[in-house]
Amino acid sequence: MMSFVSYLVNGISLGSIYALIALGYTMVYGIAKMLNFAHGDIIMVGGFTVFTAMSTAWCPVWLSVVIGIVVCTVLGVVIEKVAYKPLRNAPPLAVLITAIGVSYLLQNLALLIFGSAARNFTSVAAGAPPFLTVFDDGRAPQFFTAVPADAAKPILTISMETFLSITVSVVIMIALTLFINKTKAGKAMLAVSEDKGAAQLMGINVNGTISLTFAIGSALAAVASVLMCSSYPQISPYTGSMPGIKAFVAAVFGGIGSIPGAMIGGILLGVIEQLSKAYISSQLSDAIVFLVLIIVLVVRPTGILGKKINEKV
Amino acid sequence: MRKVTKNNLITFGITLGFFLLFGILSATGVLGSQLSGLLIPIGIYIILAISLNLTVGILGELSLGHAGFMCVGAYVGGIFSIITQDTIQPSWLRMIIALIIGGVAAAIFGVLIGIPVLRLRGDYLAIVTLGFGEIIKALANNIYVAMDKNGLHFGFAASISDLDAATKTNITQGPLGMKAPQDTNLLLVVIVLMVCLVILMNFIDSRTGRACMAIRDNYIAAQSVGINVTKYRLIAFVVSAAIAGVAGVLYSHSITSLVSKKFDYNLSILILVFVVLGGLGSLRGSVIATIILYALPEIFRELGDYRMLIYAVVLILMMIFNNAPSFIMLRERIGASAPVQKIKGVFTRNRNKAGGAA
Repeated sequence: MMSFVSYLVNGISLGSIYALIALGYTMVYGIAKMLNFAHGDIIMVGGFTVFTAMSTAWCPVWLSVVIGIVVCTVLGVVIEKVAYKPLRNAPPLAVLITAIGVSYLLQNLALLIFGSAARNFTSVAAGAPPFLTVFDDGRAPQFFTAVPADAAKPILTISMETFLSITVSVVIMIALTLFINKTKAGKAMLAVSEDKGAAQLMGINVNGTISLTFAIGSALAAVASVLMCSSYPQISPYTGSMPGIKAFVAAVFGGIGSIPGAMIGGILLGVIEQLSKAYISSQLSDAIVFLVLIIVLVVRPTGILGKKINEKV
Repeated sequence: MRKVTKNNLITFGITLGFFLLFGILSATGVLGSQLSGLLIPIGIYIILAISLNLTVGILGELSLGHAGFMCVGAYVGGIFSIITQDTIQPSWLRMIIALIIGGVAAAIFGVLIGIPVLRLRGDYLAIVTLGFGEIIKALANNIYVAMDKNGLHFGFAASISDLDAATKTNITQGPLGMKAPQDTNLLLVVIVLMVCLVILMNFIDSRTGRACMAIRDNYIAAQSVGINVTKYRLIAFVVSAAIAGVAGVLYSHSITSLVSKKFDYNLSILILVFVVLGGLGSLRGSVIATIILYALPEIFRELGDYRMLIYAVVLILMMIFNNAPSFIMLRERIGASAPVQKIKGVFTRNRNKAGGAA
């Protein structure tokens, strides 16, 4: 029972990281109608920036995270301006191949700078006590307390990283929802995703709004990279590609273009992945995740919360 | 002579000429053993590139799981060859049967995958083919096949234990992979490549091929003139998968140790790079691009680390120069024609004068 709870909590933690990444995909897809393949590699860049800042420049954790967010935000906007903006009215296939090219470029740049071997990432919560420990000898559950060396093995431990991932993601999701629904810039984003031409006629700066979307998406990717590299403390040039693709699966699962959909899809996908790792096969968990995607797309191509878009002739 | 026939003959001649020239150079020892060793992989990659070009260039759908079909062919062909190693002789006959079986197996996977996948289009299709590629890789990584006097044994995710020790042969061992007999030689690769080229050239020039291009250029218009969109897309997808499977069989019989890790997303992308840089929809482009892009980094070793970086930059620049509306207008103003004008989507209104508003 306790092991199930532990898998579930780990799944929610992984899922909330996926949800953060999926938010970036879904916002960009909603507004620019393109699949930003390089999003996963922005996660990798964020991870390496924080890694370098912490291990080489000896920055404190908070400063490293800020640097990571700034670098990713700038990178996201630059990629949009240089590679995607010229292709705004080009055939979708050309845009998709360009995005793959950008992803390839970032991966190989990282490969040249850092090499292909995985580095050990120091968790941002290193040394912190676990969030929750539960023992089966009748003692009360302990919060934020280090387990004494002589104590019996706890039956359930929720690490600080897991707690951080879930809390940070929930806070960010609430903030993002408020931002989009309450502020002018957020409403502009909704308007642009609904109808670019009409939004422009209403005096909305479409280019600026698209840049803002890329900036927010990339900043979220940076946060996700810190949380992910802390929970799974390794980083290599290929770190971002799989979580990126899985987060896209999550975005599709929840209904692409829908922000609550990305959150639900991300968390569900994380739970599915962890539970299938625990109870079916750890080697096949990736295959199961993709199988979920295929089933969703065949049964309900618009995802859980997606809207059906009729193609205009 | 028809223009198409002439064009096809030139492509055919270039390919055959390249392999004849370098085959002779290699046989006479002028070419070092290192460069001679490149000829077989180049041939295999050309087959992969031209087959992917059918999906991406002619059908206009981005498939990111091409390595998966290659994987199916490689495993099925390899398992068949190991099982019949002692029973079917000579080896070339066994290899031909393996090629056919591998191609058919990949085609069956193509149908199974194509039916759900081809309900989708564009980005969704790309990501689902990617997913299928990963699923095939994961399955191949977990499959165990062995043989003893009682027959074949299959296992999944766990090695097989109840084998007769005296007569057992392990065929494929999960992540450790398998070792197929080394039956691929340059002559065979060239023959298969030529056959695939002829098949694809005729496919593109047939009624089916024209239907596929009509679907690529305007999905809705093609549907409205009565083209069975699903049928033609499935045909093109399956032919592409089958040829990739054949390339996989050649591949598994040309390397000493076959592991499923090789058939990952990066291999699919590499083939896509060959296709895109050669020109979407142009078989000759795929052939030339594969030869140059595969051989150059091997010749200029010092370039090695920067190879992928350069590919990525060229890929992005080429897409922007050929497809960005502002560059297309610039090019029309100075009167230069595009080097590659194959991608025309629903949105290329201003260029597509004959089509009018899409």
